[in-house]
Amino acid sequence: MVSDASKASEFERVAMPHLDAAYNLARWLTRNNHDAQDIVQEAYLRAFRFFDGFRGDDARAWLMAIVRNTCYSWLQQRRASPLAYDAEDTAEAIDGSATMERTDDDPAALLAHRDERQALARALEAVPLEFREILILRELEELSYKQIAAIADIPIGTVMSRLARGRKMLAETIKRMTQGATK
Amino acid sequence: MNCDEAQVLLHGYMDGELDVANALDFERHLNGCPPCQNAYQTQGRLRSAIKSEATYFSAPAQLRERIRSALPRPAPTKQAPQRSFWIWPSFAAALAASVLLTALLTLRLAEPADETRLAQDVIGGHVRSLMVDHLSDVASTDQHTVKPWFNGKLDFSPPVVDLSAQGFPLAGGRLDFLDGRPVAALVYRHRQHVINVFVWPAETSREAAARELSKQGYHVVHWQAAGMKFWAVSDLNATELAEFAKLLSARLH
Repeated sequence: MVSDASKASEFERVAMPHLDAAYNLARWLTRNNHDAQDIVQEAYLRAFRFFDGFRGDDARAWLMAIVRNTCYSWLQQRRASPLAYDAEDTAEAIDGSATMERTDDDPAALLAHRDERQALARALEAVPLEFREILILRELEELSYKQIAAIADIPIGTVMSRLARGRKMLAETIKRMTQGATK
Repeated sequence: MNCDEAQVLLHGYMDGELDVANALDFERHLNGCPPCQNAYQTQGRLRSAIKSEATYFSAPAQLRERIRSALPRPAPTKQAPQRSFWIWPSFAAALAASVLLTALLTLRLAEPADETRLAQDVIGGHVRSLMVDHLSDVASTDQHTVKPWFNGKLDFSPPVVDLSAQGFPLAGGRLDFLDGRPVAALVYRHRQHVINVFVWPAETSREAAARELSKQGYHVVHWQAAGMKFWAVSDLNATELAEFAKLLSARLH
């Protein structure tokens, strides 16, 4: 019998490399850092309990499916009191990453770059959940339609049609926002 | 192919996910359709904007630590010196003795060790359900909502009874993992206390009377009835938890 401790170290070896992907998904789905952290922690503990049953070779997709399901049950429980959407939290997180990546740029470019990122993030966060998750899995995780279909438990054709609608909504939102800004 | 179809297939094409036949069909349509060419370009620009500008949120360092510390730690290696205290005239005799000893130890220790380990897991499941605020996947006080929720999620149907008249209202249910298998977790409340009842099929149909245990300030009662194992755990005092167990098992018959 495998001891809990060696199961834990094997689990860490398999699961920890995907922690960023797990957090990124949870963060985009919940739109706030605090809930995303709690969800990922819960999802990882669940994954650990089910780890004996994991036989596949795609640990990332397996974990993402658990993170997604955990997000959904979390969101469902909170339907009565919707998740606090923390715009400031997002702005801070984006500031941090934008500044880190562009330290050598001049301030004007940095500012423009930051605005661009903020605008895109706001638009993406406004896309409804079931389309947003597909966009994140495709554009940020670069998963195949087949992997996304398995994670979201939908047919491959639905992945494509949700991407089509999601991207369309995103384009429209950005358009509305830029029109609003130039007025 | 009409434009509506093309504007969906456009995404599969752009993502390199179409099969050859559909890709050729799409290209044929695109070549003769300026509005779709327009849409294709817009979507291409949007896609590269997302790829380069959308924020990728990396996991905070403390999250990594939180998860690590919630996983079982490597136990200090158990010192089990296999020194022999006996000098036997023959190896066969030594072997026979050790077989006998092992058998005796197994007989004496098997049950309590299993029980302790399972109690530990049950308490762990209970604490986790409260810690991460994940008590139920189906939150309902109605047994007729909770029971069907388990359909298709488990290979058995857990008995769900309502004890609100007796002061233990049902709060919901969820799936958990215990004893090497998925189990049903039923959530009851009593005043401010939460009671988790884990249910899964027993190997035998014999009934087993309730046994009580206490650990780390939690009380556990487990019994076997109606072909199922029941493990109830709570921070409720032992007397009331036993009372709850009695009420629950009375309703199973």
